[in-house]
Amino acid sequence: MDAISLIVRSIFVDNMIFAYFLGMCSYLAVSKNVKTAFGLGIAVTFVLVLTLPINYMLENYVLKAGALAWLGPQFATIDLSVFSLLIFIAVIASFVQLVEMVVEKFSPSLYASLGIFLPLIAVNCAILGGSLFMQQREFANVGMATAYGFGSGIGWLLAILGMAAIREKLEYSHVPKPLKGLGITFIITALMAIGFMSFSGINI
Amino acid sequence: MALSAKAKQALLGPLNKNNPILVQVLGICSALAVTSKLEPSLVMAIAVTIVTAFGNVIISLLRKTIPNRIRIIVQLVVVAALVTIVSEVLKAFAYDVNKQLSVFVGLIVTNCILMGRLEAFALGNGPWPSFLDGIGNGLGYGWILVTVGFFRELLGSGTLLGYKVIPQAAYSAGYENNGLMMLAPMALILVAVIIWVHRSKNKDLQEGTN
Repeated sequence: MDAISLIVRSIFVDNMIFAYFLGMCSYLAVSKNVKTAFGLGIAVTFVLVLTLPINYMLENYVLKAGALAWLGPQFATIDLSVFSLLIFIAVIASFVQLVEMVVEKFSPSLYASLGIFLPLIAVNCAILGGSLFMQQREFANVGMATAYGFGSGIGWLLAILGMAAIREKLEYSHVPKPLKGLGITFIITALMAIGFMSFSGINI
Repeated sequence: MALSAKAKQALLGPLNKNNPILVQVLGICSALAVTSKLEPSLVMAIAVTIVTAFGNVIISLLRKTIPNRIRIIVQLVVVAALVTIVSEVLKAFAYDVNKQLSVFVGLIVTNCILMGRLEAFALGNGPWPSFLDGIGNGLGYGWILVTVGFFRELLGSGTLLGYKVIPQAAYSAGYENNGLMMLAPMALILVAVIIWVHRSKNKDLQEGTN
């Protein structure tokens, strides 16, 4: 099925972190602990799955060149795509606010451990990147766009979980002083990215 | 005109001790993704510098009137508007580079450097220091991008800004372009090497634990 193929491709071949390096800042900062990494990954997936279909509808029925044709033939020449950045980011910011309220209600401990990084999901490049790629790739329908969001989120979750697991073990390794912390994390991410390249070209 | 000590710190700090990429860990995403050639790196560096500088100025001018609750939304709107302008200018005057940069021009909106500097500096300082801080951080980000782009293009395709630099004689003698440099992960390793050199020189920046 097309959607399954798209999900698998988004997780492994077009991985948000390893192929496009989107969402690196929170990835680097939150990957020290597996539990918080998992929580953040789920939050990012949730926001992607919610914002992508909405942005897809906005893109195709309001923003694209000629999108307003359903209002009447005289509107068919309007091109509002110059506002896409503003509209997308407004949708994303609102949903992150929603997710923040939900997490605070249902899991106060996760809310406390995520701290500032929960509202920072609004400026996570992976979320806006998902919407911008959706704009570029012109999916066939809302279902495909949502599948893409789901796959991208799971891919990001996989990446940050893997990194957190490795960093927890890294406590016992002898790393040269100038490389400790940020430097070695970069090198590990690079190696993981090269590993993920082995998936390119896979077609289900 | 002479710069006050604080203004000098705002301008020069990010070039070394307070570098956005190496120290503040901001703006990593675009630094890695657009540096496969030197030209997009330069264009991206200039774009980010302009948006950070003017974004800082605008938010600094508005800082006394923004209600705290909608602070993030106002910042996002200002930044999105500025990036839209830069994006349209790029589409008009540098269409090829714009195509290469694709979504990353739009992603300047979520570039952590912008939000980071708006929150950390522009909200608490006047317009002129904020402008200098924006320029400083943009340049600090820019020199890392240009360095990585320089090495990736030189070693990965033997050209610089599109002009062949490695002489044909080297190719005939058996030199090959390093294909791995064209791939994204090399950018990570190059930045890690820059961090290694930078932190060996500035021991106070080394982290104690992993």
